[in-house]
Amino acid sequence: MAELINAQNLYKSFGAIRAVNGVTLRVSAGEVVGFLGPNGAGKTTTMRMLTGFLDPTDGEITMGGFVLRDDPIGARRTFGYLPEGAPAYPDMTVRAYLTFIARARAIPAREIAARLDDVVKRVHLGGVIDQVIETLSKGFKRRVGIAQALIHDPPILIMDEPTDGLDPNQKHEVRELIRTMGSTKAIVLSTHILEEVEAVCTRAVVIAAGRVVFDGTPDEFERQAPATVTRNRMDSAFRTMTSPASEVVS
Amino acid sequence: MSACRTIFGREFSSYFATPLAAVFLVVFLFLAGIFTFSMGTLFERGQADLRPFFQFVPWLFLFLAPALSMRLWAEERRLGTIEIITTLPIGIGHAVTGKFLAAWLFSLFALALTFPIWITVSWLGDPDQGAIVAGYLASAMVAGIFLAIGSLVSAMTKNQVIAFVVTVVLCFLALLTGFPVVLDFFRGWLPTDAINLIAGVSVMTHFTSLMRGVIEVRDLVYFATAIYALLAATALMIDWRKSI
Repeated sequence: MAELINAQNLYKSFGAIRAVNGVTLRVSAGEVVGFLGPNGAGKTTTMRMLTGFLDPTDGEITMGGFVLRDDPIGARRTFGYLPEGAPAYPDMTVRAYLTFIARARAIPAREIAARLDDVVKRVHLGGVIDQVIETLSKGFKRRVGIAQALIHDPPILIMDEPTDGLDPNQKHEVRELIRTMGSTKAIVLSTHILEEVEAVCTRAVVIAAGRVVFDGTPDEFERQAPATVTRNRMDSAFRTMTSPASEVVS
Repeated sequence: MSACRTIFGREFSSYFATPLAAVFLVVFLFLAGIFTFSMGTLFERGQADLRPFFQFVPWLFLFLAPALSMRLWAEERRLGTIEIITTLPIGIGHAVTGKFLAAWLFSLFALALTFPIWITVSWLGDPDQGAIVAGYLASAMVAGIFLAIGSLVSAMTKNQVIAFVVTVVLCFLALLTGFPVVLDFFRGWLPTDAINLIAGVSVMTHFTSLMRGVIEVRDLVYFATAIYALLAATALMIDWRKSI
């Protein structure tokens, strides 16, 4: 499958703090990458660099064949992005907001209604489509954020904690959605829930202190746990890799 | 261009989605009325013109333009939607222009609603209509330059109160430098060229010259250049510090 994301040797410093320290990430269509790591490991910063929201201090990013630095607009057409916390304009209705995003993404006017219908069905927003966003529950707000990222049916999806704040049913729905889309798109999602990696991801990438400490299949990830551990092996593997006291596994 | 229109449309309709538009229009028209009829002694002067109204316009916009501009970018930062808007496939220049035009058009709308004053004066006497057009043009330009200053300040912070206060102060300084009191202060120890320069960059100097009814290219170029430069600086500021 075609390689859609190619991030080479990303570095990002905020003053004296080095948040991302040489991350390389290549993702092809058909892959769902679970981006794992403790809080502050550099997950959000890396995703913000992939979408061009933050400029890397060093390194180069190609999204959908467009070099982000040279053709940011071209690159931005190729992905949908759910930022951390799923921000949206609170005073707009779901319909007005999604229409705004569709227009800004230059979807032809005659196609907008159909795209809206499709995406609203996929993320189950039908019941609240004419509701003002600030009156929605956390779960619905998150789904509005996901709908916004999907409206132009992009080949690449970057999602920062897509299931955060959802109840178990909603989590299940969103995971199903991601799994279905995962067969054709390149998806990167960050999460704190390790079962999610097993449930939807074809690949797990763990970063700690700004470096990639693991990159492999969910099965390989689980095998990183000490043999003596029999329960919650993923948790154990995660701790082994990311706790400061442990050896770095690569 | 269509991206600019999309941003403009969202921003403009957001004024009406909240009580902001209503509050702004009521306060603007109320103060415009007081300034014109009471403080400006429109009737007592016995002259059919709108000078008493126009001379207060910069002072009205001094507080009301920052109230409109403070949210332009600070709100995007506070909500986190800046992350959406700057990763959409639209140029940052288009976004800055679209938002600015929304605020500007809204203030022109407020200005247009002062038409009863015009009608009153035209009914009572025979005013110089050209001078009135020039006065409205001057007022529109002052609103534009204040909103452009506010746009830049708003791009620097996520705190709307800070954006408001700093914008008021900057707009005040931009007005103040054209006043004889300020210029006389400098006259004692600065060369004449420097004084002329200070007067030349003042909003008040160009406003007054337009308001007198003489539409000079020089003044229009001044306003256009200043607004363009401030908006370009806004775009650079956002691009440079998307997250703060």
